[in-house]
Amino acid sequence: MPKDHGIGASPKRREDVRFLTGTGNYTDDINVYGQTYVYFLRSDMAHGNIKNIDTAAAAAMSGVVRIFTGADFEGVGGIPCGWQITDVHGEPMQEPAHPVLAIGKVRHVGDPIAAVVAESLEEARNAAEAIEVDIEELPAVVDMKAALEDGATKVHDDLANNLCYEWGFVEDNRAAVDEAIKNAAHVTTLELRNNRLVANPMEPRVALGQYNRADDHSTLHTTSQNPHVIRLLMGAFVLGIPEHKLTVIAPDVGGGFGTKIFHYAEEAFCTFAAKACNRPVKWTSSRSEAFISDAHGRDHVTKIELALDADNNFTALRCDTYANMGAYLSTFASSVPTWLHGTLLAANYKTPLVYTNVKAVFTNTVPVDAYRGAGRPEATFQVERVVDKAARELGVDPIALRRQNFITEFPYATPVAVEYDTGDYNATMDKLEVIADIAGFKARRAESEKKGMLRGFGVNCYIEACGIAPSNLVGQLGARAGLYDAATVRVNATGSISVMVGAHSHGQGHETAFPQVVAEMIGIDESQIDIVHGDTSKVPFGMGTYGSRSLAVCGSAMVRATEKIINKAKKIAAHLLEAADSDIELKDGQFSVAGTDKSVAWGDVTLAAYVPHNYPLEDIEPGLEETAFYDPANFTYPSGAYCCEVELDPETGKVTVERFSAADDFGNIVNPMIVSGQVHGGIGQGIGQALLENAAYDENGQLLSASYMDYAMPRADDVPFYAVDHSACTPCTHNPLGVKGCGEAGAIGSPPAVINAVIDAMQSGGHNVTHIDMPASPSRVWEAMKG
Amino acid sequence: MHMSDSREINAPTSEVWAAILNADVLMQCVPGCTEMAGNATDGFDATVVQKVGPVKATFKGHVTLSDMDEPKSLRLAGEGKGGAAGFAKGGADVTLTETENGGTLLQYEVEAKVGGKLAQLGSRIVDGFAKKMADQFFNNFKAAVEGPAEDGDTAEEATGEKKKGWLKRIVS
Repeated sequence: MPKDHGIGASPKRREDVRFLTGTGNYTDDINVYGQTYVYFLRSDMAHGNIKNIDTAAAAAMSGVVRIFTGADFEGVGGIPCGWQITDVHGEPMQEPAHPVLAIGKVRHVGDPIAAVVAESLEEARNAAEAIEVDIEELPAVVDMKAALEDGATKVHDDLANNLCYEWGFVEDNRAAVDEAIKNAAHVTTLELRNNRLVANPMEPRVALGQYNRADDHSTLHTTSQNPHVIRLLMGAFVLGIPEHKLTVIAPDVGGGFGTKIFHYAEEAFCTFAAKACNRPVKWTSSRSEAFISDAHGRDHVTKIELALDADNNFTALRCDTYANMGAYLSTFASSVPTWLHGTLLAANYKTPLVYTNVKAVFTNTVPVDAYRGAGRPEATFQVERVVDKAARELGVDPIALRRQNFITEFPYATPVAVEYDTGDYNATMDKLEVIADIAGFKARRAESEKKGMLRGFGVNCYIEACGIAPSNLVGQLGARAGLYDAATVRVNATGSISVMVGAHSHGQGHETAFPQVVAEMIGIDESQIDIVHGDTSKVPFGMGTYGSRSLAVCGSAMVRATEKIINKAKKIAAHLLEAADSDIELKDGQFSVAGTDKSVAWGDVTLAAYVPHNYPLEDIEPGLEETAFYDPANFTYPSGAYCCEVELDPETGKVTVERFSAADDFGNIVNPMIVSGQVHGGIGQGIGQALLENAAYDENGQLLSASYMDYAMPRADDVPFYAVDHSACTPCTHNPLGVKGCGEAGAIGSPPAVINAVIDAMQSGGHNVTHIDMPASPSRVWEAMKG
Repeated sequence: MHMSDSREINAPTSEVWAAILNADVLMQCVPGCTEMAGNATDGFDATVVQKVGPVKATFKGHVTLSDMDEPKSLRLAGEGKGGAAGFAKGGADVTLTETENGGTLLQYEVEAKVGGKLAQLGSRIVDGFAKKMADQFFNNFKAAVEGPAEDGDTAEEATGEKKKGWLKRIVS
């Protein structure tokens, strides 16, 4: 019988009531007295020298409050990068300046040149049209390998070249890996591209800056996944505003998928301009603008080699990757192809030797940063595609080859610096074989073939490092921040509870799942508990929501704070019951003296804390509010096995996903319905990447797929009903809830399954195709089959 | 984007050459052209209103002529800025060859590129649009030089007279 409340229950998401009835409060819903609107004039060239900007005519136009250009930001800091990578030579990465508005040069289509603040958006837009910009066009560098050639045009004139860094990991293993590959019984080689994606959250980015002259205080409302991080980065590095004079609020946010982690120029601009104009300044991105100003995702070009011995045991893996940084370093861009990618290359396998070399390259394109999975989908795609290709080359069953090489003993220290605490990869594969009805595939293929269709079957595993992250470890790796989180549990006099959490919810359902945990611990009803998040003036601190960390890190802080609450409440109860603290038990919201029928209710204890007439004031303070910070001891390692079945029309090359099954190990689960929803969404995005989505640039650096006419987002009819299971559970050993995180798994685990299935379908039709790049669009599939 | 095509124009190369250098002829021929001023030496300033897929814009541009080898070949290069819609720029190499029957074979090779919203929203239709624009331009140009195609079987000398008259009319 499933639980109906507390941990393990699936109450419907309470936040959905406001989202579905139009009563959500998104940044663009917030309008304040005296508000102005900003329109950014953006470069339509990928690369050029700004010769002159004439704003005189525009400034005289109706409604214009003020026009800003790069010159207004010369004394202001630039947009910082939060992670420094040390290259193969032990040198820091090349880190170019990233001004709020372009100074001297434009470096990608969408680079903001000027900003018009006006009484209305229309007036701002009209005035922006009247700004005369003289730009001397320069050749654009778009292709990463071309960008690294001698004599290539430099994106940043003050850097030596377009190479941000060359990173090797584990550099000490490099020679041993080369040697193992040379001596292997079999080596499978694969060159592939992880296609560039645009996140496309439902709500585009919005920023509203306000300044209060009375107390010299700035407030920014913004569509962010981590308001405290924005306060820190923007306050300390860009605008020089101390934290106590700056409030950042991320109210309801309509999806992030990573692209709302980063600190963007528009946020700094609105905060800066609100003070400069002494008027609130609002920016609302259009969908078109989002395509050329939101950080993109992925964009890796990779050669991967897998060495096997004569018994098909993996002996070494070597990965050479070119990672596109775009024109500037976005907040966490440098960490994605390195620590979030290289440390995952052991995957689920006992491969003893792994080496990866990553060249991060500047190009005249939109900056690239974390997108759902961030580095881990790239690693998973590389490993699971090359393992699948190896199985085909060796003529062995792809599942058997994987099982043979699975890590089976835990904890397991990989050759790429991380230690998996728990996992059971055979258990998730066993579960997958059942829910995917792998035994029935042959019959389904026969049915498809009767209709003249090809049917393909693809499977893959994944492992991810989530619960980001142990601060001391990431500090050693170059992170310029700690990655703990915080929660305050505020118990009110009558027993209801407000929990202030550092994790931000923008679709994850924290407002439902987090109360389930506190309710379970105290034994009261979830309706008595509310979650407060997204406001730096209300929440103690927080590093935000990304890397499937909310429950594993912030949830753990909340557990620690609740434990403190319970300890104190027990002392109060002991006083009221005239018993020893150690004899007090808490169950179902009742404090009782062990072995007696004496008890006092939760509400009586909380009231006593705030009306301390009969209270141990000499021992403890009145009130009932506790804060905890939690820094994880390790990453968490969710894992799973995924299976995709496609039907392929040999006449047109169109691929249809007929079945998709996911068996995940997320450790313990608080709300199974929310977890399933997270997996569904992730798989949807993974299928989108595998079959549909592609951010395409032409050779001049023009983004060609910058609207939904050309950028194909997955729609309901592109995805099947999913079979999802998360019962194969090995709890995390180092956080109090035993949870691992589920937010990115679907996006990490699904693309290789889809492509493996497409390859299988083509080969079943007699086409000797061993690889196809994503997205496997009908034209690409058709061309591949034609040879 | 590259395009090349040719038109046979029923007029001597000298007349075709003169027409290419004439602002009024060009204005008449460029689809959507609302203003055209200038001359062959200094180049032409043009204003063109066009709709490319979902993007409607007024382009203001400058066209220069170079590599002029009268009356055989020249190069046109131009750039138009469409404000929020982006930009279009390109060049055309035009060659005129006298045909056996005294007419002119006009061959052109166009290289063009677009940027900004035009590239972002219209990329799928830009190639087709550009081809259509080029077709329209050279069809208009052929018609402008040859004059209205009436009385197809009129004597050749009369046609010659009519053409000249028409060209003079718009030049004056």
